[in-house]
Amino acid sequence: MAAILVYAELSEGKVATTSLELMAKARELGDVYAVALGSGAKDAAATLGKHGAKAVHINEDSVFDDYIAEPATDALASLFESEKPDLILFGFTSDSREVAGRLAARLGVGLISNAGDVTAKDGGFVAKVPYFGGAKVASMKANAKPAIVLVRPKSFEASEKGGTAEVKQLDVKVAEGSRRAHITERVAEASEKIKLEEARVVISGGRGMGGPQNFPLLEDLASALGGAVGASRAVVDAGWVPYSMQVGQTGKSVRPGVYIAVGISGAMQHTVGMKTSKVIIAINKDAEAPIMKMADLGVVGDAMKIVPALTAAVKAKKTK
Amino acid sequence: MKIVVTVKQVPDPNSNLTLEADNTISREKEVVLDPGDECGVEEGLQLKEAHGGEVILVSMGPERAKDAIRKGLSMGADRGVLITDPSLAGADALLTARVLAAAIKKEEPDLVICATESYDGSTGMVPPMLAELLGFPQLTFAKKVEIDGSTVKVHRQTADGYQVVEAATPALITVTAAIAEPRYASLKGIMAARSKEIKEVAAGDLGVEKGRPAETIEGVVDAESRKAGEVIQDDGNAVEKIVQVLAAAKVL
Repeated sequence: MAAILVYAELSEGKVATTSLELMAKARELGDVYAVALGSGAKDAAATLGKHGAKAVHINEDSVFDDYIAEPATDALASLFESEKPDLILFGFTSDSREVAGRLAARLGVGLISNAGDVTAKDGGFVAKVPYFGGAKVASMKANAKPAIVLVRPKSFEASEKGGTAEVKQLDVKVAEGSRRAHITERVAEASEKIKLEEARVVISGGRGMGGPQNFPLLEDLASALGGAVGASRAVVDAGWVPYSMQVGQTGKSVRPGVYIAVGISGAMQHTVGMKTSKVIIAINKDAEAPIMKMADLGVVGDAMKIVPALTAAVKAKKTK
Repeated sequence: MKIVVTVKQVPDPNSNLTLEADNTISREKEVVLDPGDECGVEEGLQLKEAHGGEVILVSMGPERAKDAIRKGLSMGADRGVLITDPSLAGADALLTARVLAAAIKKEEPDLVICATESYDGSTGMVPPMLAELLGFPQLTFAKKVEIDGSTVKVHRQTADGYQVVEAATPALITVTAAIAEPRYASLKGIMAARSKEIKEVAAGDLGVEKGRPAETIEGVVDAESRKAGEVIQDDGNAVEKIVQVLAAAKVL
């Protein structure tokens, strides 16, 4: 059996959902081991066991919480030396990709990023990766050992199918020289809104919104529907809304019951993060916009008129 | 302070990609300096203006990538380095990082600035690899950068706010588009850029071993696409129609 190591990202002491999704896939590929670093690693081991890990290597040192990438890279490099996994899986998230990048460079093996699936083949691994802006999918065979693959969030369904993992203390000496990029303060800005990734309705705005001054129209509709507001990369780059709202290849991946794209043309960078939504509604002035070719309902018209009218109609229906 | 900004020439994000018959991306299209890198150049220039020093642009690409470097020079950067070599065509992230690291080491910079990710690849893997190969700490997703003596401090964008991250220089930072609005090149800047140095370097000059690529492409197929549904023109009935769809999806 191939040995699969899953890097379990911890967020506020809990295993990130993306890491649990990786566990589901890893179970299909071989014997699953996980590594959890920082505060909460011990509790994480129990969760990871329920998701199929045979053993979880843990280290609860807060150095992993407080310094970017380098301590985790030291730990993974040392774990690789002792365990020699065939495949190391990471989530394609901002924190994990920083660790994966450093690790791949240190081991000199390269990596495959942005994968949507991984399969075992001829004793190795093949990843499916969006290609040519997402219009195509390339099958990429990993050449190195370990194969390092970063998988997009929401590529698999997490499920509890396992038992109790053996917990192994990972003794790693984090060198003084790895305590460098120090997180000295954490500032929360977002309010207690529904999380974009968890919302059952997502309403996203693009350039067609005309400017940041019109985004409150989307907020109103979102609050009427109990949903969250997202955005395309174009308007995030233009500074209209914060990066935390970006949906797409390098933003968040969402899979809500209904996705409403307002004034978004539908560039691949965006659609790769939302195309698995159950129902897609597009509102756009341009009948030829690519988003119209993938929407279940495409409305050609003026969003500035349609959105407020829709909000009013939703509110009216709810009070009935 | 010596600042290196990595820059890349990419297909113009405002034009549509086209595929050749052999599944490679058409080379006929317009190419520009990556818009994310423009923000990196701008931040480099602002740091230089505040603290003095030099801004050097380093790029890997074909000969025509000089145009992208020239664009940054016309914004005000001091000089450029282009690593160009036919053997580097199609380089993966690790090889790219190795080549850039070898060229950047020669400059002995205090700070390396990268965009968070490129516009065309959008995977953001080169910066952490580069930081590792340079032996630098990485301060990432910066939406604000401050330099105080030999300490660099950034506001690192997170999902629900930001973190304050500090490290001693030399260091590598990645910047988001929120960092700074790129300036327009003035006519004077464009004229001045013509006489600024762009040093061409071949892969052999850097002593980088090409190695085996991380992956082999076994095949390319069309992505699964959703079927187009109904497209309607709003003549006053759109809201009613949308409400029906919301109700059918049980979110209303």
